[in-house]
Amino acid sequence: MIKKHYDLVVIGGGSAGMAGAIEAHKLGIKNILIIDRNDYLGGILNQCVHNGFGLTEFKEELTGPEFMTRLSDEVKALNIEYVLNTTVTSILPDKTIFASNRDGYHIIKAKAILVTTGCYERNAGAIMLPGERPSGVITAGTAQLYLNVYGYLVGKRVFILGSGDIGLIMARRLTLEGAKVLGVAEICPYSNGLNRNIVQCLKDYNIPLYLSHTVSDVKGSDGRLLGITISQVDEHNNIIPGTAKGFECDTLLLPVGLVPNSPLLRDAGVELSRNKGAIINERYETNICGIFTAGNVLHVHDLVDLVTKESRLVAHYINEYLKGNSIIDQIYRPVIAGDGLGYVLPHKVGTHPLNEVTFKFRVRRPVKDVNVIFYEDNQTIKSVFKPVLIPSEMTEITLSLDELKQFKQTINVKLEAKQ
Amino acid sequence: MRELICITCPRGCHLVVDDNKNVTGNFCPRGVTYAINEITRLVRVVTSSVKLTNSVYPRVSVKTKDPIPKSKIGAVMEEINRVSLKAPVKIGDIAIQNVLNLGVDVVVTKNIDK
Ligand SMILES: Cc1cc2nc3c(=O)[nH]c(=O)nc-3n(C[C@H](O)[C@H](O)[C@H](O)COP(=O)(O)OP(=O)(O)OC[C@H]3O[C@@H](n4cnc5c(N)ncnc54)[C@H](O)[C@@H]3O)c2cc1C
Repeated sequence: MIKKHYDLVVIGGGSAGMAGAIEAHKLGIKNILIIDRNDYLGGILNQCVHNGFGLTEFKEELTGPEFMTRLSDEVKALNIEYVLNTTVTSILPDKTIFASNRDGYHIIKAKAILVTTGCYERNAGAIMLPGERPSGVITAGTAQLYLNVYGYLVGKRVFILGSGDIGLIMARRLTLEGAKVLGVAEICPYSNGLNRNIVQCLKDYNIPLYLSHTVSDVKGSDGRLLGITISQVDEHNNIIPGTAKGFECDTLLLPVGLVPNSPLLRDAGVELSRNKGAIINERYETNICGIFTAGNVLHVHDLVDLVTKESRLVAHYINEYLKGNSIIDQIYRPVIAGDGLGYVLPHKVGTHPLNEVTFKFRVRRPVKDVNVIFYEDNQTIKSVFKPVLIPSEMTEITLSLDELKQFKQTINVKLEAKQ
Repeated sequence: MRELICITCPRGCHLVVDDNKNVTGNFCPRGVTYAINEITRLVRVVTSSVKLTNSVYPRVSVKTKDPIPKSKIGAVMEEINRVSLKAPVKIGDIAIQNVLNLGVDVVVTKNIDK
């Protein structure tokens, strides 16, 4: 039975939602509800049957389903209330939640909300894929769900566009299940996947990786994919004439990026950043007091261990908020990401942070031997040397309360080549 | 001499192993262990899924409990594809005992009640 009032409602019972709820419970918040639209707790990990999860969280290498079960076992052991098969349809700025399930429509009031609704996949339209749209052009996560949960192989001759982790992992999975993976094309001059996956998913199976290549044509017949053409691109991603290569295939897999699943937040009036995640302060609170967010709906993470860590931290801020330790009159200093930085979180830091602040960022392209500099005007407040930074790995740098105090108007972050 | 990318953690150190098995380029000691293992004992954990009956889910995920030789992956996959389990199943249940006499079990990695 869903009650009418909760101290904390967690929307989305994936790893972020469960870790946040567990930590909140441990901090003494007792009246918690987790809502998820699936028929299980665990989110995307249910279909990630490969291993490599949990190296920091549990100090061992687990598969996705094992990782999510560790968390869901704990949710159950702590008697944290959760409802499944229930979709949140909207939230209001006063923290009223509307949810729908088989029993009907529910209106729930929360003192605080943690939104952990994960992300969705970019598709053919989002990348303006040229050519026809026959069946056989499919996003990689969907193919992963079909294969790993429902047991359907999406095709026998597969080409993959995009070398992020999902693409690499699917290249191996499809190969192991008997499909021929002809190659992986990547528009960037470098791969966007973890090294582990380049080695264990492509090199192990001699699957070619075409860097600086994209799909330039898609052809079908009778509604089914017949083949594709890939071409090399220049540094502005323009196709170089005369570089076309054709492949006969029945499937084109599109692991072409993930987008925060944030419409609930947007419709509640939460300000979103360019990447579609919420704009947050150092407490992971949105512009609506009491609405917090973490996990892939905030920014896409490569490691689930970082998702759970983030969400547990947010639970601490939710606890402070519920205890009334929210300083509404603090003035925010915007965090400004300089050239070469994709984004920096949090987007703003108040004049009275409760704790040190860990900034999270990604570079736009791989860089070597750089100093990451936090500065204002001409004054460097912190400089951290990094031998390598790559776009596929989120980097964290922590600033102490003393360091944070030195910024007046803005917190600027830039990369500078080390002499 | 062989060049490897260490995959123990996301740092991905570029390692060089010389003919005397000296490892350079590693940030931490795990890089040495990784490099020596990669050149002397090439092993991988295999993850997949097997048929499941008596359930709304037609598949349940499995893995080799320990790493197996890379050269045996294909043969182990054939064994995995022959297995059919019956729900309920839980994490750690044995799907194949001592697969191909490699001394490693294939175990279930998901709880499915029905
Ligand atoms: C294919 C793939 C491979 C990966 N490989 C690795 C790896 O090898 N190692 C690693 O560490 N990490 C890996 N990751 C990353 C990591 O698993 C994810 O970043 C992490 O699990 C995301 O957790 P989350 O809770 O933010 O989102 P999710 O797990 O997506 O959870 C979101 C939840 O919200 C629910 N939801 C959404 N909207 C609503 C709504 N309106 N109402 C109710 N419920 C809703 C969804 O049902 C879902 O359960 C991988 C990710 C993917 C996609």
